[in-house]
Amino acid sequence: MGTFLVTVEDARVTFPCKEDEFVMGAMLHAGKGPVRYGCCGGGCGICKMRVVSGDYEVVKPMSRAHISEAQEADGLVLTCCVKPRGDLTLGRWP
Amino acid sequence: MGFKGTLRPGLVQLRVLDFDATLNFYENILGLNKVCETKDGRICLKGYDEFDHHSVTLRKTDKAGLDFVAFKAADADTVEEIKDKVVKFGYKVDEVPANSDQPGFGKRYGWTICTGHRFEVYSEVEPAEQQPMLHNPDIWTKPPRGMRAQRMDHFLLYGPNIMEAERFCQEVFGMYVPEVCNLPDGNRLATWITSSNKPHDLAFVEYPEPGKLHHLGFYLQDWADVGNAADWIALNRLKLDIGPTRHAITRGLSIYFWEPSGNRIETYAGGYTAYPDHPQRVWDADQVGRGLFYYSGELIPSFLEVVT
Repeated sequence: MGTFLVTVEDARVTFPCKEDEFVMGAMLHAGKGPVRYGCCGGGCGICKMRVVSGDYEVVKPMSRAHISEAQEADGLVLTCCVKPRGDLTLGRWP
Repeated sequence: MGFKGTLRPGLVQLRVLDFDATLNFYENILGLNKVCETKDGRICLKGYDEFDHHSVTLRKTDKAGLDFVAFKAADADTVEEIKDKVVKFGYKVDEVPANSDQPGFGKRYGWTICTGHRFEVYSEVEPAEQQPMLHNPDIWTKPPRGMRAQRMDHFLLYGPNIMEAERFCQEVFGMYVPEVCNLPDGNRLATWITSSNKPHDLAFVEYPEPGKLHHLGFYLQDWADVGNAADWIALNRLKLDIGPTRHAITRGLSIYFWEPSGNRIETYAGGYTAYPDHPQRVWDADQVGRGLFYYSGELIPSFLEVVT
């Protein structure tokens, strides 16, 4: 089981995230990063961020009220719905 | 002034994202009984202690949240009276034919209120196949599952112009308002509204975006069952929002969490007995943390910001 590093660009924080762990969960667990709460179900949109670089997988549906198809293609995610497939760099949204 | 129009909220349709995980939550964790599946794949559910055909419908789509809420009135004449009052109030009414999108339900009238939520009213609904016993009744026939939710209880809606929404519920539904929270300028921050002895059938919080669901509340037997719900949240790795705690507002015993599609659920017990002749309880906005979460006295950011 791999563990990757997730870095939040302008917050200058880095935390570990296992490959079977949601990025949002790892952020909450680490107590670091800009998002501190949310529905963790892809519904509320609070944890929306931009993936600046790195591989990830969207493993749960993200509400289209918050992530349009174009945004999804552009690397915007709800961090509660994605798992890392390598080290990630995230940027804040908006 | 209570039971003069609507009886209670009787039906909600929720939008869900992850259908299998969310259905598993409602059926096996919250403890609702599956009633039927519609031709277009929606699932109808009910609490074990409810008498009517179903009370919760799940619709799989790409956005979480609430499609509509429907209120039950005592009879067809009351439904027609309410429809006329809605029109007079200024909202455009449409008719949903009997046994169309909701199996077992008679004709419903629907309209959108100022907060952006679709409200409906009906009186005719078929009895459920699985009902509480009526003759020398036991407390249940099959042991309640999971969190042991008895019935759908209430909902909190976020949207604009809740003072109009409050007036609508009073003038059109014949409801009353046991408790309110006011901003320093005298406008409402929040309002708790009921048609019965329950402290709330529904509540509103003022919010710029229309049509938002804050939570759907289900009734539990007592404080011990709120603790049991907490165990099921932990066992199933559901995301806890807050609780177990006590509300000073409504005096309910409560725990909030999110189901797998991100809609917030409250499992709730107790609450004071409301009467329409009782004086209204009034909260100042700077005290609402204590009103909502009596033990900590502190508001949490998610409560004002996370909606679907």
